[in-house]
Amino acid sequence: MQDIREKILEAYHENEGNVISLLQDIEESFGYLPQDAIDWFSEQLDIPPSRFYGIATFYAQFHLKPRGENIITACCGTACHVKGSERLINSLMRELHIPSGEDTSEDKKFTVEKVNCVGACSIAPVVIINKEVHGKMTADRLMKEIRKIK
Amino acid sequence: MMQECNIVIKVCMGTGGIAAGGTGVVSAFNEEIKAAGINASVEKNCSVHNVGCRGFCARDVLVDVIIDGEKTTYEYIKSDMVPRIVQEHILQGQAVGDWEVKEDYHTFHEKQVKVVLSDCGEVDPEDIESYVERGGYEALKKVLATMTPEETIDLIKASGLRGRGGAGFPTGLKWEFARKAPGEPKYLICNADEGDPGAFMDRSVIEGNPHSVIEGMIIGAYAIGALKGYVYIRAEYPLAVERLKIALDQARQRGFLGNRIQERDFNFDIKIKLGAGAFVCGEETALIASIEGNRGMPKAKPPFPAQKGLWGKPTVINNVETLANIAYIIRNGADWFAQFGTEKSKGTKVFALTGKVKNSGLIEVPLGIALREIVYDIGGGIEGDRKLKAVQTGGPSGGCITADMIDIAVDYESLAKAGSIVGSGGMVVMDETDCMVNIAKYFLEFTQAESCGKCVPCRIGTKRLLEILERITDGRGRPGDMDLLEKLSNDIRSASLCGLGQTAPNPVLSTLRYFRDEYEAHIHEKRCPAGVCKNLLTYSILEEFCKGCTMCARVCPAGAIVGEKKKPHKIIQEICVKCGACFETCKFKAIKKG
Repeated sequence: MQDIREKILEAYHENEGNVISLLQDIEESFGYLPQDAIDWFSEQLDIPPSRFYGIATFYAQFHLKPRGENIITACCGTACHVKGSERLINSLMRELHIPSGEDTSEDKKFTVEKVNCVGACSIAPVVIINKEVHGKMTADRLMKEIRKIK
Repeated sequence: MMQECNIVIKVCMGTGGIAAGGTGVVSAFNEEIKAAGINASVEKNCSVHNVGCRGFCARDVLVDVIIDGEKTTYEYIKSDMVPRIVQEHILQGQAVGDWEVKEDYHTFHEKQVKVVLSDCGEVDPEDIESYVERGGYEALKKVLATMTPEETIDLIKASGLRGRGGAGFPTGLKWEFARKAPGEPKYLICNADEGDPGAFMDRSVIEGNPHSVIEGMIIGAYAIGALKGYVYIRAEYPLAVERLKIALDQARQRGFLGNRIQERDFNFDIKIKLGAGAFVCGEETALIASIEGNRGMPKAKPPFPAQKGLWGKPTVINNVETLANIAYIIRNGADWFAQFGTEKSKGTKVFALTGKVKNSGLIEVPLGIALREIVYDIGGGIEGDRKLKAVQTGGPSGGCITADMIDIAVDYESLAKAGSIVGSGGMVVMDETDCMVNIAKYFLEFTQAESCGKCVPCRIGTKRLLEILERITDGRGRPGDMDLLEKLSNDIRSASLCGLGQTAPNPVLSTLRYFRDEYEAHIHEKRCPAGVCKNLLTYSILEEFCKGCTMCARVCPAGAIVGEKKKPHKIIQEICVKCGACFETCKFKAIKKG
């Protein structure tokens, strides 16, 4: 844990002291931004935590809570929208029993995220399951894919 | 004999190709060819576009088999189809006719004019040699050897190239401002934060031919006198980032980046900055704030970035497609470029043609082309031969072109007159099953969520706009709502600080202008004519068509469908969640939506 933090700190200094890059490194290493990590960097760099949180909550990429083991990203771009992405998301939430307003299942196995557009509009609607892009998705096929990893 | 032939197999390996199983196809070809003991090279060619796939990602995996220069293109290829292609085509010289692309593949390309995409797909994006072989980096060498920075700027000015990111500002002029602005060092930034939903031009260009963007950046840096460049790219594009990294390393090794480029007194290097997921960072001043490591909030202009940009120094920000044009303009001349397009809109433009169109994909056309040609000739018409309703251009900042305006010329001026914009190049085709009020709401949800919160008209105005649209689509619309939408929209437009807020009401104004009847149906009759808005819909079963196959009951997630096998079923309205699963599943058209 300490090692990872030291490494990130080193990269920060090489990186012209860029806070966004720092947070990206933390997110990459831990899967989210743990509060104790923020506090630690805040102390080391003498930057108030509020600045970290200000940036973290501004950008969609950062998460303040741990995410599920499996990340399912549903594209909500215009092409996916007109081809029924909303229905896919609704069926996902039902299948995984994720209450509305939340994005992660209770057992922390699944996180469902929406993304503005992954730029694969020709094969809309698109769902990314653990970094693998699936195009021309139907609710039926999606459920099959999900049950495979459930 | 065949063993001595020059056989090249090009497999589409862009995001679209990979999603369709491109990786498996490449390894299948490698295995089969090895097993057959023939000498062919499987190039991981064509990111998503051109030749291997030529922008036609909907047909992936597309495979080119080129034997002695004769090319055969196959569509929808899966790895288990590879052995037959190798056996029949490569070994026996007989192409597999059933799997070849059909007529529409060719009509898709006929009306296109490729400048930016001309090498996309021809070159292997992970190999600088294949770009150099096709004349890559010649433009850079020419500029460094024979042209002054001023001459370079003049040439770009003469070509009439305008920024392809959306605003359409003349590129040469932007460069000139930065060149003349006092302050050192200067910076050049490539804006690859392609945030418009429904747009993937920049991703495709970087995935397909990253060196064309890098070459454009180096030339731009030379012209304005920049020592350092950044590519600000979305983290949502992992493949593009990867290929860009590889390309930058290769360009450094070949002496196109770094100190004393091509043995001349010119230093320039490029760094990648990953965006962290904020749409507003596509706006120049917000992008700069983000590179500096801050919240990406826009600033008032002037001063423009060309005067005071990154770290307060003169900075040019160009879009990916703009930069990808540069090398081709230098190589072929300003006049060559200016022959395409209209008087005020020169050159070609890449569009992402998507939505309810038969042939969706990435296209490049001369500016000024009729929208009809794009939708019906290149796009092949509307899916399922339904009726065209509108073409949405310019994403969340744009508007709609209606079916009866289909002959409009696609250029900066004409689209602006119709209340839309060229924008970055998203073009989403909508048919009679799309609800325009819902589309307006969709875009407002987007801009509202992406509003940075700095200025009140945008932060609160878009929220109120969205609330009104939500109540209209929920069936709670009030009589004065349309006037209210219009008034609020105009206020947001004129009082917002940056482009995001100023253009956020465009989808509302544009749909209000052309689709008033749909708003009226929602507000006064509590009806959604296109059958999209959930709360205004009911699903029911037509007894005379229902065969009692139980399919609908099985897919219903709410358990709202009851009935005995082989007897007509029934939907219990109180339980129905209106997801539409039954409607889609029923083979007998027994589910009524309305």
